[in-house]
Amino acid sequence: MTARDDILANIRRARGVAGGEAPRRAAVEERLARAPTGIIPARARGDAAHRLALFRARVEAASASFATVADAAAAPDEIARYLRDANLPATLRMGADPRLAALPWAGTAIEIARGASDGHDLNAVSFAFAGIAETGTLALVSGPDNPTTLNFLPDNHIVLIEAADVVADMETVWARLRERFGKGALPRVLNLVTGPSRSADIEQTLLLGAHGPRRLHVVLVGAGEIGRQD
Amino acid sequence: MGVVVTSPQFKDNARQAMADAPLQRALGHVRKNFIERRAAAAAGLPEFEALRDSARDIKNHTLAHLDLYLEEWERKVLAAGGHVHWARNAAEANRAIVDICKARGAKTVTKGKSMISEEIGLNDALAAAGVAAIETDLGEYIIQLRGEHPSHIIAPAVHLNKDQVESDFRRVHTHLPKERDLAEPTALLAEARAVLRQKFIEADVGITGANFLVAETGSSVIVTNEGNGDLTQTLPKVHVVIASIEKITPTMEDVAQLLRVLARSATGQEMSVYTTFSTGPRRPGDPDGPQEYHVVVLDNGRSSMLGGDFEDMLRCIRCGACMNHCPVYHAVGGHAYGWVYPGPMGSVLTPTLIGVDKAGHLPNASTFCGRCESVCPVRIPLPKMMRHWREREFERNLSPAALRSGLKLWAFFARRPALYRLATRLSTKALHLMGRTKGRFAKMPLASGWTDHRDLAAPQADTFQALWKQRRETR
Repeated sequence: MTARDDILANIRRARGVAGGEAPRRAAVEERLARAPTGIIPARARGDAAHRLALFRARVEAASASFATVADAAAAPDEIARYLRDANLPATLRMGADPRLAALPWAGTAIEIARGASDGHDLNAVSFAFAGIAETGTLALVSGPDNPTTLNFLPDNHIVLIEAADVVADMETVWARLRERFGKGALPRVLNLVTGPSRSADIEQTLLLGAHGPRRLHVVLVGAGEIGRQD
Repeated sequence: MGVVVTSPQFKDNARQAMADAPLQRALGHVRKNFIERRAAAAAGLPEFEALRDSARDIKNHTLAHLDLYLEEWERKVLAAGGHVHWARNAAEANRAIVDICKARGAKTVTKGKSMISEEIGLNDALAAAGVAAIETDLGEYIIQLRGEHPSHIIAPAVHLNKDQVESDFRRVHTHLPKERDLAEPTALLAEARAVLRQKFIEADVGITGANFLVAETGSSVIVTNEGNGDLTQTLPKVHVVIASIEKITPTMEDVAQLLRVLARSATGQEMSVYTTFSTGPRRPGDPDGPQEYHVVVLDNGRSSMLGGDFEDMLRCIRCGACMNHCPVYHAVGGHAYGWVYPGPMGSVLTPTLIGVDKAGHLPNASTFCGRCESVCPVRIPLPKMMRHWREREFERNLSPAALRSGLKLWAFFARRPALYRLATRLSTKALHLMGRTKGRFAKMPLASGWTDHRDLAAPQADTFQALWKQRRETR
């Protein structure tokens, strides 16, 4: 008997089932097909203004910085300002996302590099797939547009997100993923990122910048000015 | 192999731990930080208690259909181009991972934090095969330098103070200038980051654990704060996941429910910094990511827990809240428990995995105060299960002779209520008379276990039952 068959047989023996019982199979198929949502906290419920204000508040609570730009064309200037204010060199790595390629980088002094990171980049920019207002979380998906290495190797990670892509909760992101990638399928990697890297392993003292980015800067595109929410 | 079991010496371990001044200083951080942070996170979400019910129900549903969800999950992993290796026990899991490493000529592997890899003694198995395993979680890295094992399931180096970490870094990182300043924790963190960054890039294989395996999509999920797990699984050519069978979770929606209680219960965060879903290897057009994706799925005694007294323990999502709130853990730390899993969850799980004959002391290391159950995100009745173990220990004649004969003596009287009342009244009155001047005893025959550490209060003039009866009659 293979290990696989043995383990499954053990489970079935302990459960007192044969495995093929129709009601059990139906229960499993139903749950996988319907994916019931369970309890979704009320805090992110509301209109777009509430959602964006909550998103901003949670992003900042997670020790990331936050800026808004009126439209995507204003993003390069905001990124140049961010790098300058943080005394960082004007370099930036990015993937092949057409939304990034279309931006007027030439109007800034930023030196652009493209493709995955080999660990020698200080700064990178990605476009998020979605943002989650409930917790100030960014959802990023792997692929040539926004390589996964950019989320982890550079010291400073800048993430652009469209206001229309900031949703209330994880469940809404799941629905959008199913729409894009199909039911039961995901991109190779889905990263949910909430703030910059940190560790509390030394005396329970929280320190930013463990192995991933030391700084995370979120730039919200096309929302107008977002009020701080208290 | 792996962690040397010292659970049978729990009492000696505990005595040593309580006399260990640096350990006691380090444990102060657990008492304060973890409890305050979790309380604030729970208070900040009105739906938290309802989410705990939801998390419990999801786990119960999954365990009731575990065979079917495992099959579905496997189908999805294979469809995404991944490989699944089933392992009945530690030896099979280690062999599967060693074989993967050897077939690719791997010399070094980086590792994300995984308690299962501690359970199976993976690092020793890899070392025996000539493969160097490098722990990359900061806490795990520190204890690997010291040749120790985790003392906490989410904060593996919680038993150490920063001066100890500094002296380890000076001892091991000899390529760095001697006069460098490491007084601040930030300097220690920066040094570990720089040293490990190179290891991430050089590694041939990356090994991570998994918080969840998603049946709907065939994904493995890791939840971390440092980002080391993501570098471990993104940079090498091969990603190996090691996870136990009860990590299966039906849908993405179910994962979302569990995520909402996991970080809050563990560190008091609303979300950990990185929650990463991995599905198969690099796809056409992908500029990064591993070329191979393997999952080693481990039973190691878990299937036998189904349908019995300890099934509820399989709901555990390894948040560490039970140990963070346990007065016994606060007093003795994690190493005293003598194996991989400390605290209340370890006191229940360890006897099932290594035997109650070896780990029988652990379920006794509880005051039954119930704090563990009161904070468990999946509502595992930990005290009840520790009581089950005590019963089994007694049934199998594993408890000490003095305890057994004492219980038998008590049982003799307890079965004869009139005699019991008479005997307790006589002894209570005698003790009252003997202790009436001071009101307490500094020493008492047969009670040294109590009086060695504190005075025993002299009883009132009569038993509780007698006083109760008097009161009712006079009313």
